[in-house]
Amino acid sequence: MSDYSNLKTEEMVLNMGPQHPSTHGVLRLEIKLDGELIVEVKPHVGYLHRCFEKHCEAMTYPQIVPYVDRMDYLASMSNELGYAIAVERLMGIQVPERVEYIRVIMAELQRIASHMVALGTYGLDIGAFTPFLYLFADRERILSIFEETCGARLLYNYIWVGGLSHDLHPDFIRKAKEFVTYFRPKITELNNLLSYNKIFIERTANVGILPIETAINYGMTGPNLRASGLKWDLRRDDPYSIYDKFEFDIPVGKGWVGTLGDCWDRYFVRVLEMEQSLNILDQALAQIPDGDVTSAIPKRIKPAERQIYTRVENPRGELGYFIVSKGGLQPHRVKVRPPSFISLGLMNELCKGHLVADVIAILGSIDIVLGEVDR
Amino acid sequence: MIIYEYLSELFGSPVLASVIQSLFPLIFLIPFALFAVWLERKVSAFMQDRIGPNRVGKHGWLQTVADILKLIQKEDITAANADKPLFNIAPVLVFAGSYLAFAAIPFSSAYIGSSIDLGLLFIVAASGFVVAGILMGGWASNNKYSLLGAVRSAAQVVSYEIPTVLVILSVVMLTGSLSLYELSEMQTSSIHNWILFGGNAPLLQKILLIPFMFIGFIILYISSLAEVNRTPFDIPEAESELVAGFHTEYSGMKFAMFFLAEYANMFAVSAIVSAIFLGGYQSPFGYLGNTLGLTWLVPIEQFLWFSAKGLFFVFVQMWLRWTLPRLRVDQLMALCWKYLIPIAFVNLLIIGLIVLIKI
Amino acid sequence: MKSHEEIYNLLKEKFGDAIGQSITNLPVESFIEVSPLKIHEISYFLRDDNELLFDNLMLLSGLDDMNDKKVKQEDGSIADVPGTLSVVYHIESTSFRHKIVLKCSCPKDKPEVESVNSIWRSADWNEREAYDMFGIIFLNHPDLRRILMPYDWEHGFPLRKDYKNPEFYQGMKVPY
Repeated sequence: MSDYSNLKTEEMVLNMGPQHPSTHGVLRLEIKLDGELIVEVKPHVGYLHRCFEKHCEAMTYPQIVPYVDRMDYLASMSNELGYAIAVERLMGIQVPERVEYIRVIMAELQRIASHMVALGTYGLDIGAFTPFLYLFADRERILSIFEETCGARLLYNYIWVGGLSHDLHPDFIRKAKEFVTYFRPKITELNNLLSYNKIFIERTANVGILPIETAINYGMTGPNLRASGLKWDLRRDDPYSIYDKFEFDIPVGKGWVGTLGDCWDRYFVRVLEMEQSLNILDQALAQIPDGDVTSAIPKRIKPAERQIYTRVENPRGELGYFIVSKGGLQPHRVKVRPPSFISLGLMNELCKGHLVADVIAILGSIDIVLGEVDR
Repeated sequence: MIIYEYLSELFGSPVLASVIQSLFPLIFLIPFALFAVWLERKVSAFMQDRIGPNRVGKHGWLQTVADILKLIQKEDITAANADKPLFNIAPVLVFAGSYLAFAAIPFSSAYIGSSIDLGLLFIVAASGFVVAGILMGGWASNNKYSLLGAVRSAAQVVSYEIPTVLVILSVVMLTGSLSLYELSEMQTSSIHNWILFGGNAPLLQKILLIPFMFIGFIILYISSLAEVNRTPFDIPEAESELVAGFHTEYSGMKFAMFFLAEYANMFAVSAIVSAIFLGGYQSPFGYLGNTLGLTWLVPIEQFLWFSAKGLFFVFVQMWLRWTLPRLRVDQLMALCWKYLIPIAFVNLLIIGLIVLIKI
Repeated sequence: MKSHEEIYNLLKEKFGDAIGQSITNLPVESFIEVSPLKIHEISYFLRDDNELLFDNLMLLSGLDDMNDKKVKQEDGSIADVPGTLSVVYHIESTSFRHKIVLKCSCPKDKPEVESVNSIWRSADWNEREAYDMFGIIFLNHPDLRRILMPYDWEHGFPLRKDYKNPEFYQGMKVPY
């Protein structure tokens, strides 16, 4: 036997991003490698920083809504919903029931659209190109519905403080119902094409395992937390809007094909969530009442000196708004708790000891949007 | 064969004849690459509910020509810290490696570049040549992604040559020849003579051989996929991890060389698979030329059959690429060393036994 | 599930002076003022006490209280009394479902707060952000660098209310 102990090996630093096909935006990962094994991952963020919080301090409350859109640009409706609820609670505004219904419908459609991007790009990260395009084609249908409703495909400015910018168009309910019936079988198709693919499972099962204690301690929320096995959904656990009126399951990870809390669990929880969102849509579209949607919009928003933290279940986790008012027309401080920002802080913990290829699998599975990380 | 004799008679010099003869695959290859790239796009588009290229020419069939024109016009960038001589040789070497394989592939009974007795081994050796080019390109680029891609590629190609050779060996035991020309000639006249169905062994032996030949065929096809770095084994170029792997730093015509080599390789391995197992250029049933008594028609028909079989396997490669995700590098190695090689080895033993007992 | 008052009394009993007032007269959200140099100890108790089990730090945010004062001194000159910077902790328990808001304030000229990074790891990046935006120094934080702003940003902390845009950044005129 030869003695290899005097052979010198060197650690290599691989710089992934900010221009890289699968960092999902301008994220830079500084990866320390020993061969192909990862020793350390250091994420560098801030390339997309556009001073959202500073801007907010110079805007009146309604003016902030379009800025909120641009944080998690794949889930603008959900961002608006969170912001509107925060300011409404700050002001003590009650919104009409129809508004609540429309908001829930929009938020759930948005959740499906957002998960489609998450799952599609995840497939792309693993090397499956086709599911990505299938999902994007279906997402187009949701975007068309949004476009007909509020004129924009990505950044809507639709949910306002106290109401909506305008009512639904008359054809909306029919089209949304059509989409729900169209999309249900598509989930099975996705499962057959991607989820249960042997290679896909090999790549994602038992990779990037996130135990439940670590997940909570690192502040993971949303699908990432549920994949680790905790039944924790703000729609049920800290109810807002009218989610308590609907029946839906909260899918949690079970370690279906590997260990509890691995990448496949995180992926599959999202698939199951799309089904649950369809259930909520079914109920909401059937029950939606008539009414006025702009009546509760206040002429002037000027809360007294107070502070509030509200949170909603965004597709990526808990989106929180901490608003401090000093009694002016502009907020004194708006602090956002972006779920992706918190999730990204976990990268190093998840990646240690895996291979380079797994960084991509892990990064894709925690599903970040850099617009939200950097704000 | 016939063409070579005709050429040496025409020029009176075997050297000149060989030189001219060696250019023939290129005449085939360039239109094929143009067609295959277009096909790949169309196939992927139809698989993904898209239309694909449809602006340049009818159904976009001139799209690749436009692409080539674009690539020619592009600036040829060499990274400042690259090792320039190696960087420039690498694409040529890669293309030369895949072109070399065509020397021993019989396109029809009238044409084979060089009818060497060890044709199959020659092809395996020549495709090893590609690895040198890839390693060179990856190293010379002075880019970590390229280096990782190149190292992965070297490991992959070298590993997957073993099951390939084992399967080839089991075929050779049956046929007793390593020359692709002879192999093709053996599988004459009709489908039941294909080596996939036991070649021209006696009936009982044939029936015993068929399942093992199928296993060998599948192993050979899988490892050929790995050798040309196609999905699910496209780890050296793994776009989502390594950007473009070993050719990240290449642009313009040098990139086009890699691209051409990839498509040439795709056809080469498909041709080898079909030559070994599926009768090569032979028609699965008789020839129109024989029926009509036009003997000159037969080689042309054979060439068409050969292209059709090759293209079919190229299509299957595309089909797999747009359906399957990509394996991870350790899983790829595990697949080769833990599954393919043992299975190929046992398969080799069983085929050897069947051939030996001569029922 | 414990109410705000119960938790306040529990903390007051355990830590005494380190716990300041409990602000409950706000119509929306109540919070407890705590000492910035005791926050680590208090957090540790909050997380590990069997009756509290606050295992999830939802949000850690920096805040400029904007309470700078100009005090007229006896000799007639006007002196600036720097205000305070605050860190607000929103904590909840996933098992008991109760929440609490802590707030610790530190003077602007010596903004030092203990890090809670070792208790809730989610505080890591949040503390870096608070440092980045407000210049609050988190003691014992393992890696206190800027996070959203460029690493070489030398023009102060942008979310402080007295922040002025620099005229030049690396030779480029800023309000272009």
